[in-house]
Amino acid sequence: MKLNRSEFIKYRENIKVKQPEETVILVGLGSCGIAAGAGKTFEAFQDEISSKNLSGITVKQTGCMGLCETEPTVEVRVPGMPDIIYGKVTPEIARKIIEKHVIRKILVNNLIQDKPSSDIMKKGEIDNAV
Amino acid sequence: MTTAIVKAKINGLAVEVPAGTTILDAATKAHVKIPTLCKHPDLEASAGCGICIVRVNGSNKLLRACCTEIEQGMEITTHDSEIVEVRRTVLELILANHPNDCLQCGRNNNCELQRLAADFGIREVPFPHFLPAFGMIRDYSTGTIILDAEKCIKCGRCVDVCQNIQNVWALNFVGRGVKIRIAPAGDIVLGESPCVKCGQCSAHCPTGAITEYDNTRDVWEALYDPDKYCIVQIAPAVRVAVGEAFGFEPGTNLTKKLYSVLRRIGFKTVFDTNFSADLTIMEEATEFVQRFAHGKGALPLITSCCPAWVDFMEKYETDMIDNFSTCKSPQQMMGAMTKTYYAEQQGLPPEKIFMVSIMPCTAKKFEIQRSRDMSSSGVQDTDVVLTTRELSRMIKQSGIDFVNLPDDSPDHIMGDYTGAGTIFAATGGVMEAAIRTAYYFVTGENLADVNIEAVRGLQGVKEGEVDIRGTTVKVAVAHGLANVEYVLDKVRKAKEDGKEPPYHFIEVMACPGGCVGGGGQPYGVTDEIRLKRAEGIYQDDADHEIRCSHDNPMIQKIYADYLGKPGSEKSHHLLHTKYVSRPLYTK
Amino acid sequence: MPYNHYILVSGDSESSLNRRNELISFFEKEIAGQNLTDDVQVVSTIDTSACGMEGPFIKILPENIYIHNLTPEKVRSIVQEHLAKGIPPEGTGTEADKQFRIVLRNCGVIDPERIEDYILRDGYSALEKVIFDMTPEQVIDEIRKSGLRGRGGAGFPTGLKWSFTKEASSDQKYVVCNADEGDPGAYMDRSTLEGDPHSVLEAMAIAGCAVGADTGYIYIRAEYPLAIKRLELAIKQATELGLLGDNILGSGFSFNIEIRYGAGAFVCGEETALLASLEGERGTPKPRPPFPAVKGLWGKPTVVNNVETFANIPVVILKGSSWFSSIGSEKSKGTKVFAVTGKVKNSGLVEVPMGTPLRDIIFSISGGIRDNKKFKAVQTGGPSGGVIPEQFLDTPIDYDNLTAIGSMMGSGGMIVMDEDDCMVDVNKFYLQFSVDESCGKCAPCRIGGRELLTYLEKISGGQGELEDIEKMKRIGKAMQKASLCALGQTTSNPIQSALKYFYNEYEDHIVHKKCTAGKCVSLLKFIIITDKCVKCGVCKRVCPVSAISGDRDSGFLIDQSKCIKCGLCREKCKFEAINKG
Repeated sequence: MKLNRSEFIKYRENIKVKQPEETVILVGLGSCGIAAGAGKTFEAFQDEISSKNLSGITVKQTGCMGLCETEPTVEVRVPGMPDIIYGKVTPEIARKIIEKHVIRKILVNNLIQDKPSSDIMKKGEIDNAV
Repeated sequence: MTTAIVKAKINGLAVEVPAGTTILDAATKAHVKIPTLCKHPDLEASAGCGICIVRVNGSNKLLRACCTEIEQGMEITTHDSEIVEVRRTVLELILANHPNDCLQCGRNNNCELQRLAADFGIREVPFPHFLPAFGMIRDYSTGTIILDAEKCIKCGRCVDVCQNIQNVWALNFVGRGVKIRIAPAGDIVLGESPCVKCGQCSAHCPTGAITEYDNTRDVWEALYDPDKYCIVQIAPAVRVAVGEAFGFEPGTNLTKKLYSVLRRIGFKTVFDTNFSADLTIMEEATEFVQRFAHGKGALPLITSCCPAWVDFMEKYETDMIDNFSTCKSPQQMMGAMTKTYYAEQQGLPPEKIFMVSIMPCTAKKFEIQRSRDMSSSGVQDTDVVLTTRELSRMIKQSGIDFVNLPDDSPDHIMGDYTGAGTIFAATGGVMEAAIRTAYYFVTGENLADVNIEAVRGLQGVKEGEVDIRGTTVKVAVAHGLANVEYVLDKVRKAKEDGKEPPYHFIEVMACPGGCVGGGGQPYGVTDEIRLKRAEGIYQDDADHEIRCSHDNPMIQKIYADYLGKPGSEKSHHLLHTKYVSRPLYTK
Repeated sequence: MPYNHYILVSGDSESSLNRRNELISFFEKEIAGQNLTDDVQVVSTIDTSACGMEGPFIKILPENIYIHNLTPEKVRSIVQEHLAKGIPPEGTGTEADKQFRIVLRNCGVIDPERIEDYILRDGYSALEKVIFDMTPEQVIDEIRKSGLRGRGGAGFPTGLKWSFTKEASSDQKYVVCNADEGDPGAYMDRSTLEGDPHSVLEAMAIAGCAVGADTGYIYIRAEYPLAIKRLELAIKQATELGLLGDNILGSGFSFNIEIRYGAGAFVCGEETALLASLEGERGTPKPRPPFPAVKGLWGKPTVVNNVETFANIPVVILKGSSWFSSIGSEKSKGTKVFAVTGKVKNSGLVEVPMGTPLRDIIFSISGGIRDNKKFKAVQTGGPSGGVIPEQFLDTPIDYDNLTAIGSMMGSGGMIVMDEDDCMVDVNKFYLQFSVDESCGKCAPCRIGGRELLTYLEKISGGQGELEDIEKMKRIGKAMQKASLCALGQTTSNPIQSALKYFYNEYEDHIVHKKCTAGKCVSLLKFIIITDKCVKCGVCKRVCPVSAISGDRDSGFLIDQSKCIKCGLCREKCKFEAINKG
């Protein structure tokens, strides 16, 4: 479906409105992450969610977070909790993250990677600038 | 549109040149010589060697003079201590990767790299010497030109000529870095490639990386062999170029000195290919009139004197086979007539005759064995071909004072030629000679003015019309094989559209300028030299009282005595050939 | 229920690990004392995390506040005042945010295979703005005023480049994205394309709109299959939504993008060689001028920019040139992505504002040198750059400063070396690369590079002479001045900078036949220390070339002429009686 300008503006607004408040697990699936085993990590999250019958959780792929030393890297965004990046997330740790962070809202010890930078595209910033 | 004039300064001196002029050309005009190894006036700058660097005010880099256009207000320094030092270092680097076996090299004393090294006074190569290990160092596979990858300085001239001037695409750069070399694509030898042996690569090579296959020893051996009767023929273009090796101006006509020197070298009979050029015209004009006036055979008729063009056509333009003149080249006609007619006359067995031809061409070495038709006398009609370059070496080896030699005459009857025979040397010459005779064949009269200026000159494609008593003959002349496509595509288009062919007669010569610019001619050819050589040829024509082949009494005699009439069965057996489609790659 | 506060405890050095654990226990005790156990979680971060600050230190979330130099009093006050009563603590909010992500804004944030994710973050809004609300002149002016310079290495002002192409009159113009990333150790372009392909597509369309081109090509290495896959998908998605292709958003402006694969020749990153390769010819450089901006692909005016440059464009348009030009140094605006590798603790991609000191990147963001070794040098600019020694660590990184200290920005590879790295060996590595990747067209590069390598091999092999250095300098200068393209012009840079800053190492190799770092095997000597040797004979038994003679009475001796420096004897000696040096 090819959009014209007004349709595009509507489309964009729609997306922004549609964003549901739910838990998102972002797995870094760049070449480097995949090489470090992020594919298995990704599957482990999906399996764990379905075997535990959890809802309201999206597992998404994303590109490289730049933290090569600690691949596979995963960002966990749980509503009401700060966004957290974990490093060296094996399938086993993925299951631990679901169990502790997602379900019990407890951060997993010794695996948190400090976020490298604040987000310049966060809502508000861009509107102010334009 | 008038070209803007750009004002600049070279070494402090004001210069004014048309916009688009390179720094190199502007400097030449200002009497400053910027050294270069890869740039050739015929070719686009490849910018490879890095020798022609100059300083331009305002730029922190040194720029290449060969490919940098001069701009308004530029201040250029062509020589200072840093520039000269960098040039010297680059030259030393090139020598560190060169065999430096000048004494055994085909370009000894005539090499652009050697000359530069001499100018820079290089006395040692300060850096470690290395030669890349190629699988095969020398490629002899064509039997006409030799590729020596070790001597190559990767200037790219040969590749440019082969691809863009000749459209042959036999040569390529293969590999990269220190392993880069010139070779046919796919790592095959030249003999298995589309190479048409035109030799333009060798004529443009600055070093000994591509040279002609040297046959001078075969000739010396034959000359000293008591069982061989050595006969020589001299091609039209040789006479105006051979002098360059002896200090004569390009274009100086040395026909009579050549007769003289060849006799002294030991040839028992000296013929002139100009005679067989006249013979070619008789056959080819007859063929043209047959096709044009009597509708027997395909039009346009395309000339076939040039063996590189024949090879090219058999590989790339096979749809034109029917349009090709079946006439052999003058070289091959001379060979056949020598070993039949002349042999019979002299009571010589053809196998005893050793026929040598002096040609401006490397492809002629290939032509003598290109098909069984080249042995119409029962043995190979022409035994050995020497290029102009090889002949000048032979003359030097012979110790004969060529410069001060008295004139001599050729042997009869195949040494007597007309102005029409001699102009075969220049692009358009075959066409002009053929028209002179075709006009006569149709009208029974000679042209009032035999000079057909429309087909002369260095323009890549020349088109013209000749009125033969109310009928217009449309002709085209192309030289430099890349120019052929334009002409043939017009023919193909007309054929597709079911229209009359755009031309009736087409002349093609593989080499730019025709044979005067042949691949076997003295090195250093430029358009200026091609024009000078052609001038010498047209002067030879003008100096001849008889300027039409059919008026040559010896031609008339040979038909009366031996061949019958043009296009006779005997002519066909001895003077004509056939063509076949050949694969581009034989591997 | 989530906690209200999280305290992340970090510390970079292993020695601080105990202190970190002590700190955690102390925090937990204090928190328990205030009955806040259900309110606050204290966790330790991953070992390699935490920006290299002297540890341990904490970050409090969600407040996003860093606090270091923690004393018991400070901890008590944090717990009692801040956590218990909500009084803001004293700390630094953004100090650790030395990174600033413009190019990588979406990498690791969005799903690169979903265009909705990109649009959600204002993707294609810059293109929409350019097409409908701006004239081409305004677009180019905005880019020019932003101060954005080409991120491929040379740093040519992007706006100026675009204006050349815009002004060139032609029936056809092109936009080409140079994604032929080839520097050893550089992978920021791959990551950008894999993580945020739409940002490059959008930027190319913006460029097309600004200069009057309707066709774009992405020249990408065939070795980047995932980036290719995501680009193809992104093109498809954008075309389906009418954001690329014919009549974009109904505006009448059309822009089509095609992907072309490079075969991995380094020189094809040079723009004229890249264009030759795109045209299907041998990928060898051509002389400039004419510049591609005026006479490029198939002789038509062509904008060639690299991936990172393009990725900046939508942000410049959306946030404005003054926002962009407020970031960075005086002459280099915006940010630069570096791929920091080598001997640092946290190798990875780093995006920092131009002007950030090298020290911040290497020691803060990347955590400093691994295994408590000593920093020796950092190579920027890949094989075209140079080594930068410790004395310049506080140099603010930008195009001009790096050039001034004998290196260059290059595409952003940053290879960090420590005391175990030998400069001759490092030079040899880069030279080998340049020699392998030279196209061979021009003599200075083809032969000069090979000669330089020969000298380096000679020197590292113990055969060097002092005059070799002078010859290398002479060749280096000729290459710099007379090579056709940047590859040859810069091949000698690593050597020239090493000779400038680490001349003593060259001298050691040449005069003293010694490689302190122990990298140049030919210069190594294994010697049995008789004082430590117990004459057990293990060394003799394991030596694969029988270079060790002697017996248990007289002791053992290594014949240096036979020794192949494999080091097996030293490895097997239980008494550390064999010295390597």
